[in-house]
Amino acid sequence: MNTSLFLQLLINGLIVGALYGVVGMSFVLIYKASRIVNFAQGEFLLIGAWACWWLLTYYQLPFYVGFPITLAFMMVFGVVLQTVVLRPMIGEPIISVIMVTIGLSIFFQALIKWMFGVFAKPFPPIFESPTMNVFGLEVQTVYVASLLISILIMAGFGWFFKFSRLGLAMRATAFDQQVAQSLGISVKRMFALSWAISAMVSAVAGVVVGVVNGVSSALSVFGIKVFPAVILGGLDSVIGAVVGGLIVGLLENVAHYVDSQWLNWGNMYEIAPFYVLILILMLKPYGLFGTKDIERV
Amino acid sequence: MAAAPAPKTAKPLLLSVNNIEVVYNDVILVLRGLSLEVPEGEIVALLGANGAGKSTTLKAISGLLKTEDGAVTRGDITFAGERINGIDPDQIVRRGIFQVMEGRRIVSDMTCLENLRLGAFTRRDRGVKDDIEMVYNYFPRLKERTGLAGYLSGGEQQMLAIGRALMARPKLILMDEPSMGLSPLLVKEVFSIIRQINRDLGVTILLVEQNARMALQAASSGYIMESGKVVLDGTAEELTSNEDVKEFYLGGGHEERRSFKGLKSFKRRKRWI
Ligand SMILES: Nc1ncnc2c1ncn2[C@@H]1O[C@H](COP(=O)(O)OP(=O)(O)OP(=O)(O)O)[C@@H](O)[C@H]1O
Ligand SMILES: [Mg+2]
Repeated sequence: MNTSLFLQLLINGLIVGALYGVVGMSFVLIYKASRIVNFAQGEFLLIGAWACWWLLTYYQLPFYVGFPITLAFMMVFGVVLQTVVLRPMIGEPIISVIMVTIGLSIFFQALIKWMFGVFAKPFPPIFESPTMNVFGLEVQTVYVASLLISILIMAGFGWFFKFSRLGLAMRATAFDQQVAQSLGISVKRMFALSWAISAMVSAVAGVVVGVVNGVSSALSVFGIKVFPAVILGGLDSVIGAVVGGLIVGLLENVAHYVDSQWLNWGNMYEIAPFYVLILILMLKPYGLFGTKDIERV
Repeated sequence: MAAAPAPKTAKPLLLSVNNIEVVYNDVILVLRGLSLEVPEGEIVALLGANGAGKSTTLKAISGLLKTEDGAVTRGDITFAGERINGIDPDQIVRRGIFQVMEGRRIVSDMTCLENLRLGAFTRRDRGVKDDIEMVYNYFPRLKERTGLAGYLSGGEQQMLAIGRALMARPKLILMDEPSMGLSPLLVKEVFSIIRQINRDLGVTILLVEQNARMALQAASSGYIMESGKVVLDGTAEELTSNEDVKEFYLGGGHEERRSFKGLKSFKRRKRWI
């Protein structure tokens, strides 16, 4: 047994899983607030990463300037998308809304390919030294940064929903829109806000992955990986998204290890999460943390 | 300023509903020319049988009608001198009207404290913390409950719903059947707190109730509705001593129930037509 490879894969799983968790949370945020299943979540990563890449390479902006601009852009992007495309869909059948988000996903994929081409482009170096020393181990700086950013975002979400005025309002909106309105909350604004936050957070994940792997259309795979993660966790649970993300990340890597050591079937990395997803859904149809009245409108 | 029409009390009107018609889903006509007036600082009772349109009246005032595909198709609602029909419910809360909906409607997957903080959503001032203490003073048992609000008893949930309304510091509270499903003892407690709130804080209250006796004890004046219209109004004493009200809403109950329309002593008021 190759212990160091196994350890390496576990750490990879943790780092990638945390990112899945982050993207999962931003997916759940939209789902909870407005009951929309956003199939274009992966494209949020893509757009965010390309926007940042473009600012950094084309305009040669330093990261600490380009990154905030990217976030501001994504916030506006989320609000505009919600108000222009999805607000008119309120009250339409769920399947129509799903078709719209699938349509958005295809549209943005194509647009991005047309604008930036199909090849991966590397980010300009962001950290002064590409590796750093953690407990005597030589680790890539971006990995450490990635994990820290994920944890920071998760803590931020926790704080937002538990203590902030808008976070409480968003939970109230998710609970019952009429009740929310009776409390003076504008449900329309909450929808827009949820899309804005979701787009921004996904963009952060997009930039992180872009810095690690280079920016390419492959980024939107995160939008697909996020499904087993959030369904595992229970579609409407933010904590579930984090746990689901970590499980999927670890599973992929453990499966990869098992495959490379013994099975040699190939591709286990891609499909293992989905097998486990099916298993868990047979045992717990609402996911690990989901609430049972998930279909209530 | 023009004098208010036919004031029953010397107090200025905070709310006046003028001959409104309400339609759900573009076809179901529920209110047919309803009018009522709420003077500032008073408790006004709105009574009537099931399905008379009491809750609909409150939702028309608070704007929540919009959330149920209903609309005010005729008439005016004037609050503090301004016409408010057609305004979104969240804006109406900001103007100082807060509806405590039928069935409490607290956010059951949040704690008491979170529910109270939600009540103050429209506020940005620093007084929110003090007001939470104020609500706990009115309802000491809410302070002890640290779990989710969904696990509170019916009475506690009603108290939380009222407390949450206070957190918005409204000028007018629209209260829909606060006594629903409570034991007689709790009904008493809730009503005494409603009176206390009205007295201490000067909040005006429009109170919808099935429990006419309790409501008329608390209120200074009242309206009785039937099939989407006001069929009788007067001061609380007038209504309490009215024979028909006694028969239908306050006592007996052994006689077969008839409509108000068939009664001789019934005086219909058509002030707006
Ligand atoms: N959302 C709605 N859509 C269609 N019709 C409605 C709606 N809400 C109420 N109605 C109808 O309007 C009428 C009045 O209802 P409302 O709830 O205002 O009565 P109420 O006086 O509050 O009765 P209760 O004492 O039972 O609460 C009823 O006939 C009801 O069926
Ligand atoms: Mg009612």
